[in-house]
Amino acid sequence: MCLAVPMTIKRVEGNRALAEAYGVERFVNIVMMPEVSVGDRVIIHAGFVIERLDPESAREMEAAWDEYHRALGDDGTTGRPDGE
Amino acid sequence: MDDDGIKSQAGALRSLRLERELRIMEVCGTHTTEFFRTGVRGLFPEKLSLIDGPGCPVCVTPNDYLDRAIEISHVHGVIVATFGDMVKVPSSYSSLGRERAGGLSLEVVYSPLDALELAAARPENQVVFLSVGFETTAPTEAATVLAAAERGIKNFSILCGNKLTPPAVKALLDSGETAIDGFILPGHVSAITGLDPWRFAAEDYGKPCVVAGFEAGDLILGVVTLLRMIDEGRNAVKNAYRRAVRDDGNVRAREIMYRVFEACEANWRGLGIIPGSGLALREEYFEFDAEKRFPVTPPPAREHAGCRCGELLRGLIAPTDCGLFGKACTPENAVGPCMVSSEGPCSAYYLYGGL
Ligand code: SF4
Repeated sequence: MCLAVPMTIKRVEGNRALAEAYGVERFVNIVMMPEVSVGDRVIIHAGFVIERLDPESAREMEAAWDEYHRALGDDGTTGRPDGE
Repeated sequence: MDDDGIKSQAGALRSLRLERELRIMEVCGTHTTEFFRTGVRGLFPEKLSLIDGPGCPVCVTPNDYLDRAIEISHVHGVIVATFGDMVKVPSSYSSLGRERAGGLSLEVVYSPLDALELAAARPENQVVFLSVGFETTAPTEAATVLAAAERGIKNFSILCGNKLTPPAVKALLDSGETAIDGFILPGHVSAITGLDPWRFAAEDYGKPCVVAGFEAGDLILGVVTLLRMIDEGRNAVKNAYRRAVRDDGNVRAREIMYRVFEACEANWRGLGIIPGSGLALREEYFEFDAEKRFPVTPPPAREHAGCRCGELLRGLIAPTDCGLFGKACTPENAVGPCMVSSEGPCSAYYLYGGL
């Protein structure tokens, strides 16, 4: 039930916005995230924008993996989680 | 992340060598399903078990809630509006779906706002929305009550069944019934709550916790991060889903939620009554409380003989330990909610092979 889908904001109108994903458009309520603007990637749950997806942080995930692999000291295909 | 990236992460997970048996719990029904659907569960190293927690809102809703909803639906002019997940869930004696065949007016909605629009369009009816769900969903329901109040829509009410997840995790830990080495925390619940409400698990109970997202790469990163914390004996709450979860959550969503609701004790299937784990409407919004508007007396609730959802939701057994699993109980003919809900552990094991 807590599934939330990513969509892109196309237009903002008062407390709602038109959002699009895979060619499907629908209006979503933005009272929980009124600062959304056109082009933002957001996650929608039960017709509401609950969060903005942060592109910076998406890159942080890659960085987390880089760090993990560095800690392993190899290509990541062997080892223990503590990097020994 | 591209395919090669995921392959390399998958290899990293599969080849970990654990020094001892580890049991980690996922506290989110969507994670239960996604661990199977993405195949990540099949990549687990030896000695690692994933225990399903009380994270499917439909599954933890006790029978008496649906019994009451059905009783209210018998009141003249009432239309029950609900998320689709609830339709086939067995109540003590029936289900919403079965009652619909017998004449119950039931509308499946995608958003609580759709239920409010239905009320606005049908002033001669009373629309009762079944307000279930965790912290992810409760603010959407609160916002709908605020909209109803603002628009003066009088024929709309909600039947409060919302639940808060950290108190349930605390109750599980307090019971001490099941050994847990760490938690994969729900991503979209945490998008609302932030990390603070989970810190007790790390700081007071010594259980490392990681907030994880829902794609294969997110799940693997969540598990690897958690295993690493367990290995290092680091009891903290980490956020491995930063693109959607801020450490302080969504402050405005919580503000909306607590403007309308206040915490109350709530009854969980399997876990029983947990203080501060439910949400009740605040006095200013009593007029939207379906329980007050329709004072019905449902028949005494009863459990389904042989169904072990309660033990399952406490992390004591796996679905395959239930004698009815896959025999008397299948998704088409479910005995308990854990087989009905798309996020229920029994349905996930049934659909994806019970790895
Ligand atoms: S398999 Fe069916 S009867 Fe058994 S615990 Fe799961 S839902 Fe209940």
